[in-house]
Amino acid sequence: MEFDFAEEQPKLLMLMYGLIAFVAVVGGLLVLLDAVPSWFARRREAQLVAASASGAPLPRRPKQREGMFAFFFLLPAVLLLLIGLVVPAIRTTLLSFMDGGSQNWVGLRNYTWMFSEDSIVRVLINTLVWVLLVPLVATAFGLLYAVMVDKARFESVAKSLIFMPMAISFVGAAIIWKFVYAYRGDGQEQIGLLNQIVASFGGEPKQWLLDSPLNTLLLIVIMVWIQAGFAMVVLSAAIKAIPADIVEAARLDGVTPWQMFWQITMPSIRPALIVVVVTLSIATLKVFDIVRTATNGNYDTSVIANEMYNQAFRYGQNGQGSALAVFLFVLVIPLVIYQIRNLRQQREG
Amino acid sequence: MTTATPTLPAGAQATGKTSTTAGRVRKRLNTRIATLISIVIAVLWTIPTFGLLVSSVRPEDQIKSTGWWTFFSDPQFTLDNYQEVLFGGSSSSGQLAGYFINSLAITIPSVLFPLAFASLAAYALAWINFKGRDWMYIAIFALQIVPLQMALVPLLKFFSTGVSLGGITIMPAWDLVDEQKFAQVWFAHTCFALPFAVFLLHNFISQLPKDLMEAARVDGATHPKIFRTIVLPLITPAIAAFGIFQFLWVWNDLLVALIFAGGSNETAPLTVRLAEMAGTRGNEWQRLTAGAFVSMVVPLIVFLSLQRYFVRGLLAGSVKG
Repeated sequence: MEFDFAEEQPKLLMLMYGLIAFVAVVGGLLVLLDAVPSWFARRREAQLVAASASGAPLPRRPKQREGMFAFFFLLPAVLLLLIGLVVPAIRTTLLSFMDGGSQNWVGLRNYTWMFSEDSIVRVLINTLVWVLLVPLVATAFGLLYAVMVDKARFESVAKSLIFMPMAISFVGAAIIWKFVYAYRGDGQEQIGLLNQIVASFGGEPKQWLLDSPLNTLLLIVIMVWIQAGFAMVVLSAAIKAIPADIVEAARLDGVTPWQMFWQITMPSIRPALIVVVVTLSIATLKVFDIVRTATNGNYDTSVIANEMYNQAFRYGQNGQGSALAVFLFVLVIPLVIYQIRNLRQQREG
Repeated sequence: MTTATPTLPAGAQATGKTSTTAGRVRKRLNTRIATLISIVIAVLWTIPTFGLLVSSVRPEDQIKSTGWWTFFSDPQFTLDNYQEVLFGGSSSSGQLAGYFINSLAITIPSVLFPLAFASLAAYALAWINFKGRDWMYIAIFALQIVPLQMALVPLLKFFSTGVSLGGITIMPAWDLVDEQKFAQVWFAHTCFALPFAVFLLHNFISQLPKDLMEAARVDGATHPKIFRTIVLPLITPAIAAFGIFQFLWVWNDLLVALIFAGGSNETAPLTVRLAEMAGTRGNEWQRLTAGAFVSMVVPLIVFLSLQRYFVRGLLAGSVKG
């Protein structure tokens, strides 16, 4: 089958329908909101004229206008949120107490299954390792780099280099790193960078992604590689926001860079540091693409989000999949509450 | 971001001036070490991508038998990999050109819809007085914490079987085939993006000067008019920030596409195809390297040219759900 542009036309047509729908919905809404009030205004004017002509008391100005505008401005967003997020989330919670085909209530069986099945406990432990390591290591690298390149020459170029992985999809990143971990049998020339390095030091080349628990750590490297840029950018902005006179005063007092870092920089960027760690923890809890692309969750590397996908969409176990999703939700809640409280304090402080 | 004013402990002052020779040497050493560390990190972060890029232009037999670093001692350049992975005839070759169009068809509306709906909602939440406004804002804000995994199963069911309440069909099944499935993906992405989008845009819109709004109201402008003529032009940076954010998110997304677009070449985006190739043809590096790069080109261009806005968006709200 050669590439044939004619075959792509239905897709482009569909895209065009989408764009037309967009213009129609959004434009239509705005036009409607423009036209209807002016129609009301004209009617009211007519009423006023009629009222003043007949000498009757003037009709009172209608008050519910604001409410009507608010209603139509919010309608699309609220409707979509209800259909796409609120109702499904409630249904998922209910499904998690039902069996695989969503026919019978099974109580807490899906949850006890989750904590008793060895392979799933393994998944939970893996997720824990991810959540402990990724935020910590990515933030550490991001912070180190942000401090090191601060006010250096070529700062923006240097930052772009680290930041770039953020534009790459998790799938792309997983392929990039799978190539680094690639393995060729002993005696053959290695094509993966890691095995080449190992071989050049006289070591034995390995199939890195097959050995648990090392493989989970190697997948974590991918996530760290992507997220360090995020940490670096946010922390770098925080470092630049430290008042210059504080830094200057410290410098005049002759503090060493080491003291400067621990006594000036660290306390000043603490709020940003917390935001970064919490944001990364939330993102890490939901990691899916990397695991799926690199190992498909085999060789003891699966994590909650990946297992949830497998249970619900590959094995048709809606109950167990939903229970995993709910568990993920429960894990995320305290992090987000902490995050919000933190943001609030910053705004007020 | 406010910063606490740290107080220097007494010990720090006692260290004294660094005008001694030893002090200067140490200082220079420090910058040296700093430069060295940052270079090492930069190299570590760049090399994997660089290796992929170099490999993608090497002939197949070369990729499979030697490391990409031999390219520099024995440079052999070819664009065959790209030719094959994009337009190749056999079904195993990738045929990424079609998937590329799918990615575009998925991404563009998935960015526009949430952008429009969220800015309307954010405006209402910031500048229209109505009862329960604060509660509405808090509710939408709080929805950011719902992981999209919570919505997948019921939403898919919503598309495939519709909604019926007590035997009465409220909404029939969508019954979409082939490229019509794009609509499902647009719908899902729009729903999932809204809480964050409303939050981010509300941050910007609520900070517009109050006098400006009141002046417009006094002049008799209605809310739609204020929204169109005053607010939209002023929040372009925020729109750009969210637009880029959402673009990268949707283009790079695997999970939502996998579930709502399926795996067929009529609808699946590049990420789905690449993940599939990495699974089934994990050793066909000539295709994987070129294919990965094909999927990276557009986001990289968008990202590098609009990085400023993206960074601003990141700094404005870091609670994406």
